[in-house]
Amino acid sequence: MEVPILKQGKVLIATIQAALSDADLENLRRGLVQQVVRFRSLGVIVDVTSMDVMDSFASRTLREIAHMIRLRGAETVIVGIQPEVALAMVQLGLTLEDVSTALDLEEGLAYLNTKFKSLD
Amino acid sequence: MAKRAVVGNGPHVAIDPTAQLAQSEATSELLRELVAHLRQNRTQLREEWVQRISETRLLTAMTKEEIFAEATSVYDSYVEALETETFEALQAYAQNLSERIIPRGVETHEVVGIVLLLRDVLARSLFAKYQADFRKLNRILDAYEPAANRIANTVAVGFVQERERTIRQQQEAIRELSTPVLQVRERLLILPIIGVIDPQRARQLTEQLLRGIRTNRAKVVVIDITGVAAMDATVANHLVQTVEASRLLGATVIVTGLSPEIAQTLVTIGVDLGKMNTVGDLQGGIEQAERLLGYKVVPIPEPQ
Repeated sequence: MEVPILKQGKVLIATIQAALSDADLENLRRGLVQQVVRFRSLGVIVDVTSMDVMDSFASRTLREIAHMIRLRGAETVIVGIQPEVALAMVQLGLTLEDVSTALDLEEGLAYLNTKFKSLD
Repeated sequence: MAKRAVVGNGPHVAIDPTAQLAQSEATSELLRELVAHLRQNRTQLREEWVQRISETRLLTAMTKEEIFAEATSVYDSYVEALETETFEALQAYAQNLSERIIPRGVETHEVVGIVLLLRDVLARSLFAKYQADFRKLNRILDAYEPAANRIANTVAVGFVQERERTIRQQQEAIRELSTPVLQVRERLLILPIIGVIDPQRARQLTEQLLRGIRTNRAKVVVIDITGVAAMDATVANHLVQTVEASRLLGATVIVTGLSPEIAQTLVTIGVDLGKMNTVGDLQGGIEQAERLLGYKVVPIPEPQ
């Protein structure tokens, strides 16, 4: 299932709406990394609210997305991790180090906006 | 054929049902005689037993009168158990006794000790009674010993079970003293932890906190562990996991009130302190949280 990537001002928003296969995740990574420069975005938000399972591949891919996007000159925030998913992730040692996280989309946008302000 | 040879190793081992029946009848007969003897000498044996109890300094938590009263009931239940060869009544009594004496600090070794003393006192009286007839003494002891051992076993197990039940109850009580997740300001939660944390409670705490973060939309959480006396490696790792899981939900965690012992533990097990935001006390933690949230607390100037 394709993940839609929406452009909202200086931010790209990718909302994951269903369980993703490994191939879908790779497509998402490719799409985000290409579009962040095409749209000259400063921030990327990946919304995982509807993911109720986060395996090691998914969490590694999210981390890779964040690091690659940093190299492309933008900031990534992962938003909407469910409490149960968070607990399972830390128990598996998947802690998304060096990746910003926020409670939900609204928080993620607020976080990025304060970042952009400090850039100005 | 081969299997049979293993089981019945020679004709004298084969069990003859009639012989077995006769034997159990003989045992009952002997037990009846034994019970009659114990009933007859009740006063004297009981006193001897109480004497032995105070000599060996058991049950020091109880007064002499109490010991005597309990001894009488134990003696009677003991004889009854021998007579009826049923242990339910004794078991119930042992449980009841345990309920009464455990809160007074009576130890397991004392309870087992007094039952074994009674067993010895009674055995001695049997030796005295049947010393002329060694064969008879032997048969009486054959009947007495298994029953007496079973009684001792029943009482000891009853006591230990009661004890474990008490411990379980207390553990449940601790668990139910739920740890509240409190909101002190908009988007600021406090989680005060008091008492012993075992892995189960740690997990429960984490789940509660994560749910609290979501429902209160918290950005900062202060976990206060002033009331936690000790922490082992497992629990410390749980704490670190709680911090990381909260971060995945976008909340910053500040841990306050680490005692020197806990600080030592965390350093010894090599917890990555870079991930932990710690402040000395709860007040400092709340102040830092307010700074993170952009609050500023100022005193109201007195009206001139």
